[in-house]
Amino acid sequence: MAEEKKATRKKIHAADLMNKIMADYFYGLNEAATTGKRKVAWCTSVGPAELLQALGFAVHFPENHAAMLGATRTSTDLIPAANAIGYSPDICSYLTADIGAYLKGFTPLAKAYPGIQSVPKPDVLVYNTNQCRDVQDWMAWYSRKLGVPSIGVTSPKNVDEVTDAHIDDVTRQIEALIPTLEGIAGVKLDMDRLREAASLARECTELWKQVLETAIASPSPITFFDETIHMAPAVVLRGTQQAIDYYKVLLAELEQRIRDGVGAVDGESSRIYWEGMPVWGRLRQHSELFANLKSTVLASTYCSSWIFPSFDWNDPIRSMAKAYLELFIVRSDRYKEKYIKGMIEKFRIDGIIYHDAKTCPYNSNSRYGLPGRVEADTGIPSLVISGDLNDLRLISDEQTKTNIEAFIEQIAEGR
Amino acid sequence: MSTPVFVGLDIGSSRTKVAVIGADRQVLGHAVRKSGTDFSATAAACLDESLEMAGTRRDGIAHAVSTGYGRANVGFVTAESKTEIGCLSRWGRDRFHEAVTIIDIGGQDNKVIKLDGDGRRASFKMNRKCAAGTGAFLEEMSLRLDIPLEAMDALARQSLEMVKLGSYCTVFSATEVLENIRHGKKVPDIVKGLFYSVVKRVLEMDSHAGRVVMTGGVVAHNPYIVEMAGEMVGQPVILPEYPQLAGAIGASLYALDETDPVGIRNNIPAGETNG
Ligand code: SF4
Repeated sequence: MAEEKKATRKKIHAADLMNKIMADYFYGLNEAATTGKRKVAWCTSVGPAELLQALGFAVHFPENHAAMLGATRTSTDLIPAANAIGYSPDICSYLTADIGAYLKGFTPLAKAYPGIQSVPKPDVLVYNTNQCRDVQDWMAWYSRKLGVPSIGVTSPKNVDEVTDAHIDDVTRQIEALIPTLEGIAGVKLDMDRLREAASLARECTELWKQVLETAIASPSPITFFDETIHMAPAVVLRGTQQAIDYYKVLLAELEQRIRDGVGAVDGESSRIYWEGMPVWGRLRQHSELFANLKSTVLASTYCSSWIFPSFDWNDPIRSMAKAYLELFIVRSDRYKEKYIKGMIEKFRIDGIIYHDAKTCPYNSNSRYGLPGRVEADTGIPSLVISGDLNDLRLISDEQTKTNIEAFIEQIAEGR
Repeated sequence: MSTPVFVGLDIGSSRTKVAVIGADRQVLGHAVRKSGTDFSATAAACLDESLEMAGTRRDGIAHAVSTGYGRANVGFVTAESKTEIGCLSRWGRDRFHEAVTIIDIGGQDNKVIKLDGDGRRASFKMNRKCAAGTGAFLEEMSLRLDIPLEAMDALARQSLEMVKLGSYCTVFSATEVLENIRHGKKVPDIVKGLFYSVVKRVLEMDSHAGRVVMTGGVVAHNPYIVEMAGEMVGQPVILPEYPQLAGAIGASLYALDETDPVGIRNNIPAGETNG
C-alpha cells in the first residue's frame, strides 16, 4: 500500500510560554467578569482596544473566541443554531459560530481553562466596521440579548490613500465614544495611560513584524500556520507588556533557528504566500500537506494585519485612528495589489494561494480579478481554493488537496 | 523477458483507467472499469487486462505512476503518484506542440488546464464544489429521465428544438427538467439541453488560450458534446484518440520520464485480479 508520508510542523518552544500568557489573560478576564472587580468590554479585533485598556476594562475579543471555535472544530455544530434564529449560513461564520455557542451555552474556554464556565459577561460592546459590517451586527445581537450598549466606529472603506479627512473622521468618532465609556468604567480617561497603551501597542507591533520577517530567511524558520497561532498575543494583548515580553522570546528562538539553518519545513523547495483567512479547523492538515510537498507557506496578509506602525505616544487618539485606517482590509484594490506585489518580492515568493472563504468576502481578495492582475504583473502563479474560516461544511478536503498538490507540482515543473 | 512497458493508473472517483505504453510512447494496452469501492482490486484488474492487451505481464513493467482520487490506494507501491492535473498536462505536452486549453470533464469534477507553447502549465482551474457540468450531473439526469447514459448522445442528436436550462445547480436543473416534461417537451430536446448546459458550465469556468481539447469519460461517450463546444467557442474542438485515457496516458508518460527503473514488479500482491 502506498502510504502517505507524514511530515509534522516543528514545535516552537516559545509556545509553552504563550500558552501560559494566554491562560493568565483568560483567567484575568474571567475574574473581572465573575467578581465585578473590573468592567468587561468586548471589542472587535481592530477596534479601539487601547482606549478600553486605558480606561481599565478587561477586554474580550469575540473574534478570537470564534477562531477558537473554528480551531477546535466545534464551530460547524454551533453555526446551525445561529442559522436557525435567522442568521444566514452565508454570513460571517465567526459570527454564527460565536452566537451559536452562546445559544448552546458552550465555550472551548471551559475545557481549556478549568474553572472558567462561560465567556466573560460584557458591560459594553465596542466595534469598528473597518473590517466589515458583520461585526456591527454581531455586537448588535448581544446588545439586544444582554441589554448592554453597543457603540463603535463606522469606518470608511475602499481607502486608497489614508488622508487627513479620513483620520479626522475616525478620530472624532473615537473621541465621541469616550464619555459613554467613562460612564460605564466609572473613571475619567487618563491620557497618560492611553499614551502608554499606544506606545506598548506600537512596540508589540514592531516585534511582531520582526517575527514575521524572520520568514525572509531561506529556509524560513516559521510557517503561516505557526503565525496564526502565535499572533494571539498581538491580537488580544497588544497594548500590554506581556505581549512585548513574549515576542522577544519568540523572536530569539526564530533567530536561533536562522543561525542554525533550521527551516520550519525540511528541505524547503518552494515558498508560498497565503492570501485570506486560515481554515481554522484545518491548520494541522494544511500544515502537513505543505510540509509533505516540501513547500513552506511563510507569509500572509492575514498575520501581517496586526502591524500598526502608526501608534504614536505623542498623539494617541489620532494615531489610533490612523492605525485602524491603514489596515489592508480597509484599502482599495489598487493599494492591495501593490501591497501583495511588495510582499512577493520581500519574501521571495514562488506562488500565491488565495483562500476564497465563502462566509467572509471581506478577506477574500480573489473575487474581483485581483489574482489575475497580480499574476500578469509579476509572473508568479496563483491558485484560488474554495473554503471557509469556520464552517467546515463548505470545504472539500480532497479538492483542496488535489488543487494544492497540482499547484506545487506546477511550480516545481516551471523551474 | 519482454520489452519494458510503462504504466499509468488513473483511479478516478467514478472510473479506473489504466494505460500501458512502450518506450516509443505509443499506447499498447488499456482498460477502463468502474472504480467501485475496492480501488486496489479494480486497479489490479485493469492493470492485468491492459497488460494482456499489450502482450506482456507484470514483470514487463519498467515503471508505473498513479493518479486520480485513489492514487494512494492502488494496492501496490508505484514509483510515484501525480495529480490528475499534472498528468493531463504531461499528456498535453506530449501530444500538442502549441498552446492548448485542455477541458476535462470527469465524474465528479471538471478541470480547465492551459498549456503554453512550450507545453508548460500556465494555469489550471477545477470546478467549485457543485456538480454543475460534470459526469455526475448527466448521471443524475439520466436517472431522472430514466434513460440509459449510453443512449444520450444519439438522443441529443435527434433534437429539433433544444430546451434551455438556466440553473447552475444540479438540484434546480432537475426541477427544471421535470417542469419541461410537464409542459410536454420532447426527451431529445431536453437531453440536448442537458448537453448544452454541461458544455456551457465547463466553458464558463475559465478563458481559453490556443486550441481547445476535450478529454474525460463524458466526452468519450458523448462526442456530440465536443461538437457543441466547437460551435460555442467558434473553432473545432479537438477530441483526441482515447479521451478517457488522457490522464492515465499522462501518468504513463511520467513513468517513462523516470530514468531510474525502480519498477513495481516486486510489490504487486498476487491474486488481486477480480474487478
Ligand atoms: S472580516 Fe470576515 S471573518 Fe472577520 S468578522 Fe468580518 S466577515 Fe467575519
